[in-house]
Amino acid sequence: MTVLDRPAVSAPGPSAPRRGVGLLLRWWRRLTAMRTAIVLLFLLALAAVPGSLLPQRSLSQTNVRGYFADHPTLAPLLDRLYLFDVFSSPWFAAVYLLLFISLIGCVLPRALEHARALRAAPPPVPRNLLRLPDSGELPSTLPAGQALDVVEEELRVRRFRVVRSEGELSAEKGHLKETGNLLFHLSLVALLLGLAGGKLWGYEGSILVTEGQGFCNSFQQYDTWSAGPLVDSGDLRPLCVDLDDFRAEYEENLTAASFTADIRYGAPGEDGRPTTIGVNGPLRVDGDRVYVTGHGFSPTFSVTRPDGTAITDVAVPFLPTDQSTMASEGALKLPDLGSDSDDQLALEGFFAPTGLVQGGILTSVDPRPLAPQVAVVVYQGYLGLDSGIPQSVYSLDATQIDRGRLERVAAENLAVGESLTLPDGTTVAFTGYREFAALQYSHDPGQAWVLGSAVALLAGLLGMLLLRRERVFARVASGPGGGGTVLTLASLTRGSGESAPRFAALTDDLRTALAARTRAPEPGGPPA
Amino acid sequence: MTPDSLAALSDGLFSVAVALYSLAVVAFCAQLAFGRRPVRSAELVGAGAPAPAAEAPAEDTRGRRWGAVAMGLTVLAAAAHGAVLVTRGLATDRLPWGNMYEFATATVFVAVVAFVIVGFRAPGLRHIGLFVLAPVVLALVLIGLFLYAEAGPLVAALRSSWLAIHVSTAIIGFGIFFVSGIASVLYLVRSRYEARMADGGAPSTGVLARLPAAAALDRVAHRTAVFGFPIWTFAVIAGAIWAEAAWGRFWGWDPKETWAFIAWVVYAAYLHARTTAGWRGRPAAWVNVVGLAVMIFNLLFVNMVSTGLHSYAGLN
Repeated sequence: MTVLDRPAVSAPGPSAPRRGVGLLLRWWRRLTAMRTAIVLLFLLALAAVPGSLLPQRSLSQTNVRGYFADHPTLAPLLDRLYLFDVFSSPWFAAVYLLLFISLIGCVLPRALEHARALRAAPPPVPRNLLRLPDSGELPSTLPAGQALDVVEEELRVRRFRVVRSEGELSAEKGHLKETGNLLFHLSLVALLLGLAGGKLWGYEGSILVTEGQGFCNSFQQYDTWSAGPLVDSGDLRPLCVDLDDFRAEYEENLTAASFTADIRYGAPGEDGRPTTIGVNGPLRVDGDRVYVTGHGFSPTFSVTRPDGTAITDVAVPFLPTDQSTMASEGALKLPDLGSDSDDQLALEGFFAPTGLVQGGILTSVDPRPLAPQVAVVVYQGYLGLDSGIPQSVYSLDATQIDRGRLERVAAENLAVGESLTLPDGTTVAFTGYREFAALQYSHDPGQAWVLGSAVALLAGLLGMLLLRRERVFARVASGPGGGGTVLTLASLTRGSGESAPRFAALTDDLRTALAARTRAPEPGGPPA
Repeated sequence: MTPDSLAALSDGLFSVAVALYSLAVVAFCAQLAFGRRPVRSAELVGAGAPAPAAEAPAEDTRGRRWGAVAMGLTVLAAAAHGAVLVTRGLATDRLPWGNMYEFATATVFVAVVAFVIVGFRAPGLRHIGLFVLAPVVLALVLIGLFLYAEAGPLVAALRSSWLAIHVSTAIIGFGIFFVSGIASVLYLVRSRYEARMADGGAPSTGVLARLPAAAALDRVAHRTAVFGFPIWTFAVIAGAIWAEAAWGRFWGWDPKETWAFIAWVVYAAYLHARTTAGWRGRPAAWVNVVGLAVMIFNLLFVNMVSTGLHSYAGLN
């Protein structure tokens, strides 16, 4: 802790550069003062708060869009303050970078000092030992030198480093406490570096894969992906994953018990090694991981035109809107089925793994596919896929419907095997379902480094909080009246409130040891 | 016993524990009310100076007897409380902290155990029993009313050995911080009283005079926080390791993660503040109280209001 605001007593007109240096130095001292560190810690805690109260882009783009829709005037203002990207915002970075600079400025000098202290001898014996918080006197009949020998032996057994000089001794142990302290703080820096490395060189891609399909690790294939600025998109690990089978198992009360995916993985073109991944059990390949992050159903449809052209068993993933019943929604778009761009076909649907129709409305009552049904609405017309405006693959472009370019031609609830016929004679059949898994590919080169830092951090923390630094001093003098000697003992402890009982125990042990060494079996009770 | 009857037994024991804790609260009240402290105002006036080690406030036999009864009831209630968790675990054949009801019940249990340990190691600190157990009873009643969830199997994501490591340490850390926070609150109250006494104020005849000395409260708050901090750190790290296996990243600023981080930073600030000039004493104690508030917020708000990946509350 640095002394703050020392009154600047300087020559009347210090040169500008020197004044600048002085100012910098003062700011540096202020920044690295413990008081500043505490304030910065508070700021860091405070800065993280909006990140949990407002929707964050890093967690859910959908929620952020929803917030914009609900608060059209407030949201852009908040956005300008980075409140939807708190943890990557410049002000959040400013707080933690200042904190880390403060930390480094505090810890580095301490580390140097500690390195010196490790090699230095214990400090000399203070002049007046009885002034120290824990001190006392022990009489002995041993000669001065032998009495000190006993003390030295006892302290060495307790792993103190002992320095003897004429008639006195100082001992020290517990440097590991400060080592732990430094390790803890430096590990924090290492952890931050690991995090930064992971953000710069890491990437992540997500994709929905229906049973029987697969993907290869490239950004073109992923539904969504994010990558650090230093990721070379041409340099991703060549790995392909095929999903053979997905299983969701449920308890009697329909609590999800397990999700497992049987996959094959390997380099492109390879046959692929089979394995099973699931919740809490990702595939790990040389530090990269493939996770199952979700699942759902892909109903399959067959569409047959009156002229005989047909598409059979096309599977479209429907997104679950309710995890407890796996009711799902999605869309099938067939732009190339008809003769021209105004003869496209599409359907929007609702899928129920176990359907229940009441008053014509289909609902789902069970997440298991016991009686799958779909409610479909079929449209014909222009889908607007080539209009240049990106659209979701899970729903139709509502503006085309509003403009009347996409026309609703049929709606029906279908069980597996049932079909409906459109006015123009096209049949749409619900042929069954397959399951899909939401898979995520993650690459984070900083991860192992972060884990190592976290372990070091914890070790340092334990050392710092549980160990004690103790110093013990002793001095001998001849006893009053020339009979025997008097040992004056004192100890100085850092890091523990209750040093008195330990000092008493040490004194007792020394007394016993002194008595044992004394040839005449005279217990060293305190004389008058 | 069948799982159903075990679950019913667990629920019954919950009521028994609440009843016994309430009796303990009454006994602690009696200890404070009847345990008349011999008037030793000289010592009180001097309390502004660095106080000696935690000494038991001298009190007459009646107060001591009530104190012993209160501690006995607390231990008995804690046994019933522990049995709530054990029978829950047996009924469901898993660790009994798979939803918010079980998590909160276990946390309160750890807080009581931490208090009992403190109370046996430093009998003078038993006087804070009322202020620990009254919130305990309140918390348990609220847990029973609002967080109760039927005994049931774990959701898939929680079926991992990390549940035993991450959630257990989070519970232990939280329980210890709970006692630490209460000690700091009492320290704030008592130190103001002592400051008033040092200024020549009249000694209180009420509860204030019977609280342990401010220095002792501050020490127990710090000790418990020092004990809890590495446990909490470990809980967060273990959570990150689990998240890496379960969610595809070790840290993603999920609301629960964010608030765990905030709590960690606040407790780090507390430990620094306590050794920093200008922050020692009352300001540091306030930081500790803020830490407890953050922990409780993390439990209640994050599970009940915000939606994140830690949504295992079993509420709906």
